[in-house]
Amino acid sequence: MSENPATEGGPSAAQAGRASVPRNAANWAMRVDRLTVDSGGGLNVAGRRLTGPVQGFGKMWRKTYWIELSPEISPRAVIATWKGHFGEFWPEASRFEGPLTSLSPGDVALLDVSVGGGVRLSTGVFVLYADEESFTLMTPQGHMFAGWITFSAERSGTVTVVQAQVLMRANDPLYELAMACGGHRKEDQFWIQTMTALAQCLGAAPAVVHTRTVCIDRRRQWGNAGQVWHNSMVRTMMHSATSTLARKRQPAPGPR
Amino acid sequence: MDKSMTGMGVRMADRLTSVIDIRGDVTAASEPALMAAYEEASRQGAQRLVLNFSRLEYMNSGGIGMLVTLLVRANRQHQPLAAYGLSDHYREIFELTRLDEAIGIYDDEQSALAG
Repeated sequence: MSENPATEGGPSAAQAGRASVPRNAANWAMRVDRLTVDSGGGLNVAGRRLTGPVQGFGKMWRKTYWIELSPEISPRAVIATWKGHFGEFWPEASRFEGPLTSLSPGDVALLDVSVGGGVRLSTGVFVLYADEESFTLMTPQGHMFAGWITFSAERSGTVTVVQAQVLMRANDPLYELAMACGGHRKEDQFWIQTMTALAQCLGAAPAVVHTRTVCIDRRRQWGNAGQVWHNSMVRTMMHSATSTLARKRQPAPGPR
Repeated sequence: MDKSMTGMGVRMADRLTSVIDIRGDVTAASEPALMAAYEEASRQGAQRLVLNFSRLEYMNSGGIGMLVTLLVRANRQHQPLAAYGLSDHYREIFELTRLDEAIGIYDDEQSALAG
């Protein structure tokens, strides 16, 4: 493993031309400090910063969901279908408002997710990376988790493996509690339903969704507990309550 | 799954710091090579790790995820992690994903070792 130090330092990126552009540069989103939303709405999304697993609060998990399809279905066809119809594969109680065409790097999509018990969560995702065989979504402040989800497809032996992999920490203590109290199970069900619907759309026989969950870091990052201020679930509930109250206070239209 | 096209080398740059030289492509498939390099650096007694990206050719989001896993392992052993040699493009990716808040980014090896 050890190699000759004299040969390993090599030219620095500065010497080699720091501006050199890698072959997948166009697949990455441009840097953003805060998210912007083109259309109206964007509750809990506009102005928020992105959060990766480094910024979250709870234990860090890597969850992998995968299905095996016929090799006749190419990885590119899988990803083109998935990117083009992403929200259509979601369970009925949840809504994804993405671009009208396909997901591209830098896009922001709005989510309205049922989290159970009649509670809804309005948040969003940012398309961090997209190529022909994979794409990655990253979450903003206030989302249930801080991290990213990578969707990919590739040939492996005699099958096409289609995978969704989540690398995440719950964003704040409330979400961490919710994840421990059934949130993980609910998330598993969500992705199992999504991948089953994708397989059906691709004309595959009923696919078995395999899952693997690994705890990468058992520690909680208490320094990030203050992120509860951005909690989109709490803010969505408050927004719904104040909207309902405002509607009730409006005087009924009188006769003209 | 994908064949890794990554090359890793490990060297002690000073008494306490190991440099991991990364060449080629960094994707999720590079995880075994990077973790083996990390383990060798730890065996050499590294208390601090520096990643040399000056020969990085390509990194996708799977590669970024793998760096997070490495970061967790290093943090667990109280080994600070730094990096140098990133092109402007990948430096921006580190900023976008906010990895730069946990991994110190430097222009060259000398600054990384001094940092």
